[in-house]
Amino acid sequence: MNALVPTQLDEALRVIGTHPDALVVAGGTDAMVEINAGHRRPRMVIAVNRVAELRSWTYDPAGATVRIGAAVTYSELMESPLAELIPALAEASRTVGSPQIRNAGTLGGNLGTCSPAGDGLPVLAALGAVVHLASATRERSLPVSDFMVGVKRTALEADELITAITIPVLAGWQGYSKVGVRNAMVIALASACLATDVTTSSVRLAVGSVGPTIIRCADAEAFAGESVSFARRSATPATVARFGELAAAASHPIDDHRATAAYRRHAVGVLASRLLRRAFPND
Amino acid sequence: MTDDFDSSRGLHSDVFALSEIYALHVNGGTHEVRDAWIGESLLFVLRERLGLMGSKGACEQGECGSCSVMVGGELVCSCLVLAASAVEQSIVTIEGIAPVGSPSDVQQAFVDAGAVQCGFCTPGLIMATHALLERSPEPTEFEIREELSGNVCRCTGYGRIIDAVQRVAVRRRAVQP
Repeated sequence: MNALVPTQLDEALRVIGTHPDALVVAGGTDAMVEINAGHRRPRMVIAVNRVAELRSWTYDPAGATVRIGAAVTYSELMESPLAELIPALAEASRTVGSPQIRNAGTLGGNLGTCSPAGDGLPVLAALGAVVHLASATRERSLPVSDFMVGVKRTALEADELITAITIPVLAGWQGYSKVGVRNAMVIALASACLATDVTTSSVRLAVGSVGPTIIRCADAEAFAGESVSFARRSATPATVARFGELAAAASHPIDDHRATAAYRRHAVGVLASRLLRRAFPND
Repeated sequence: MTDDFDSSRGLHSDVFALSEIYALHVNGGTHEVRDAWIGESLLFVLRERLGLMGSKGACEQGECGSCSVMVGGELVCSCLVLAASAVEQSIVTIEGIAPVGSPSDVQQAFVDAGAVQCGFCTPGLIMATHALLERSPEPTEFEIREELSGNVCRCTGYGRIIDAVQRVAVRRRAVQP
């Protein structure tokens, strides 16, 4: 026996516990690329995208959170009413691959792969999402910032499965932007999610593809919180420019085959400025 | 599923345990896959084990869309689907879209619009167009471009492909008052 397709969560956790060396796949859009290229030769695979509990999401209006099963696809994240509850996640999802990829790829898979360019990850970081992990014997929850450890490295143990992600529902504008070589089917060279919270008059900014994991830009956030007007939805041109500079300063990108560090640093500043202007359209 | 095939050998019934034999439901029929390596993609199994050559293999990384099929009602790249994970799902390939010699309205529109040149991308585009029109019967050009963005054609430049999609939408509207 070398492939298992559990349909119940307890069975999935049991077989993952029994076979901690098995490759766990959901949509397969990352894992199959490595397998097709011969970079990975799994002897055992556990496919979890048929587990009903992982395929659903729930909204808790009282707690103002959405709990999204790890195997919910990007296409599902783009649909109403989820898209209205977490607009930035819907925007980010729309930039992932093609419709074919979005129909298969999952939010849990985005976390499990933990690429610096993962499109969902800046959104989860900006919104302060919590990642739920479970094994056959225990459950735990981690802030997404603690879950992401390094380039394609996470806090997930071998016997654990990402089961769900809890995301706060904020009142206020939020959005996601990325830069790549074209509009469709592109891996981010730099990405950013900006979320505003009108109840606390705060601005959150997380940037991707400009460091080993997603970076929250604390200086830019504090500066924006002091400088913009939530009442008038305004920011001065100087504020918009300075916000971008602080975002660029918070990044620490590398040169690679896709782009130079200098380009990425510049691009992420431009993205941050544009997002702030979209959130605060008045001068 | 065939009578001698038991997907739950030796394990709890909530787990499909797959070894050297599993069954795929393709185009309304059930096909046994024997002696397969577990890492095989659905595209590989469709072409090399089941002899369904309509789905094309090119990039093997989800970039080109020439391997597009429907799995469980969703358009996906079959090169990125682990074949063994597609058990108990309805799989539709280009061969299942219409009988030979009796093209679907989408296939006919591609012929009429001249949306085919070398033809390699065409099966994937036909699958993607059927999926698009299922969800959005009267798509705008922007919508067509976004929805077909995962299907790469290196011959035609897309103008005639978009024309073909729009022809189908117009014809379907004409027959459904």
